Amino acid sequence: MSKLEVRQIHLSFGNIHVLNGISFTVHDGEFVSLLGPSGSGKSTLFSIIGGIRRPDRGSIWLNGKNITGKTGLISYTPQTPSLMPWRTIIDNVLLGQEIQGYRDEKAALAMIDRAGLKGYENSYPHELSGGMKQRVAFIRSLLSPQSIICLDEPFSALDELTRMDMQNWLLSIWSEHQISVLFVTHNIEEALFLSDRILVLSEKPARITAEFHVPFPRPRKEMLYLTDEFIHIKREIYHVLRGQLVKHS
Amino acid sequence: MRENIIKVWKSVLVFLIIFLIWEVSVRVFEIPEWFLPGPVQIFREAVLSFPVYADHIVPTVILSLIGLAIGTFIGVMTAIFLYRIPKLKEIVYPLLIVSQNIPTIVLAPLLVIWFGFGMLPKLIVITLVCFFPITISLLNGFLQTDQELKHYMLMAGASSRQIFWKLEWPSALPSLFSGLKIAATYSVLGAVISEWLGAKRGIGVFMTLSSSAFQTDRVFISIFIIVFVSLLLFFVIQLLEHLVIHWQHIEDGKPNE
Repeated sequence: MSKLEVRQIHLSFGNIHVLNGISFTVHDGEFVSLLGPSGSGKSTLFSIIGGIRRPDRGSIWLNGKNITGKTGLISYTPQTPSLMPWRTIIDNVLLGQEIQGYRDEKAALAMIDRAGLKGYENSYPHELSGGMKQRVAFIRSLLSPQSIICLDEPFSALDELTRMDMQNWLLSIWSEHQISVLFVTHNIEEALFLSDRILVLSEKPARITAEFHVPFPRPRKEMLYLTDEFIHIKREIYHVLRGQLVKHS
Repeated sequence: MRENIIKVWKSVLVFLIIFLIWEVSVRVFEIPEWFLPGPVQIFREAVLSFPVYADHIVPTVILSLIGLAIGTFIGVMTAIFLYRIPKLKEIVYPLLIVSQNIPTIVLAPLLVIWFGFGMLPKLIVITLVCFFPITISLLNGFLQTDQELKHYMLMAGASSRQIFWKLEWPSALPSLFSGLKIAATYSVLGAVISEWLGAKRGIGVFMTLSSSAFQTDRVFISIFIIVFVSLLLFFVIQLLEHLVIHWQHIEDGKPNE
């Protein structure tokens, strides 16, 4: 069981009000996306959830326990793969476990195999392509002991085709593990394709302006992108995002 | 690999040309031997007097190596302390910079007054010239740690000790080696200077003896030995670097993303 609750988070940097009372819940095994324009404080919100920055007001709860300002309880995947160039792939994916004081090489090898990276265990990151590196970073998160994963725009640096492959791959892995995922993106289609629920963030000071339940059954296939229903919801979300941009300018 | 060989050959060719011009000038302008001997004369003397200076090489090499080792240890420790305790860095860093503006040659006589003519003042001189490039480059390496990885490790619950040994130390290693290469060259220089002040054997001693006897060819031999030992140390460290920083081979020295 893992349930993440974000309650009324407020944060300002000097005179700049960044987060304006953000509240939401990620239920056990749920895939939730935070969708918002660039610079809406999404990464800042992640650092608060991850416990390395304290909010001015508000709290973070995991399974009914207040974890505000506590680290080591959330598995985080940064925007760039952030692999250690001096570690082999197997050592890189085991980093999260090592920090907690153990190494499960068998599970790691199985996961590397499952990700289509068999034979690369002892390679170094610079020998891998961008998509492969992102997979390694994601395996590292999955192998970490934490049961909730925060992904910060993990596919934003990839080309369109690789991105689609990675989305499919992410979904297949996620369906096997049923872990809770909090996914940050500025791409509407990506959020729709992947999530159970989408929370729309406004520009600074960020707050949640809309919530969409994504009705598509799983497993989802790429053909989903072309269905009328998909395009219909996409348009709706687009108008919400667009609307708040117009209001501000 | 082939490009490297061509590069080496080009450098060798340049040296040969310089030596040729040198030799021809010395002969054409009839420059006296005590003033500037030609390369042929220096080479002849190098072969003939080998038994004379052979004994002088080893002490200098040993002195340089011990000095370099101590200097590296102190340099690395200083960098770690200054990085881990930012308040200390604020106070000590300016002092470090100022201390480097004091030429070693000026300090050396003082050290002799305080510590006599033994190993100790010599090692202090070498340590003083060696630790600085190591401290500065290692400190710089620490400061260039990938912030996103640090972020990741913090959120994953890593202690500051784990962050240091798993992230900051390995990512600063390439910088440490650039510092080491400079320090290695300095260590030979430091050893020779400290030998000028007083020693029984060593290239520095051979050099002062030769120069006071106007045996200019022997002074040149000393210079070539110093250059050769420095280069040798430099290549040994480069080899070590290659072995330790194995992840950068294919990147061809370019920093990883």
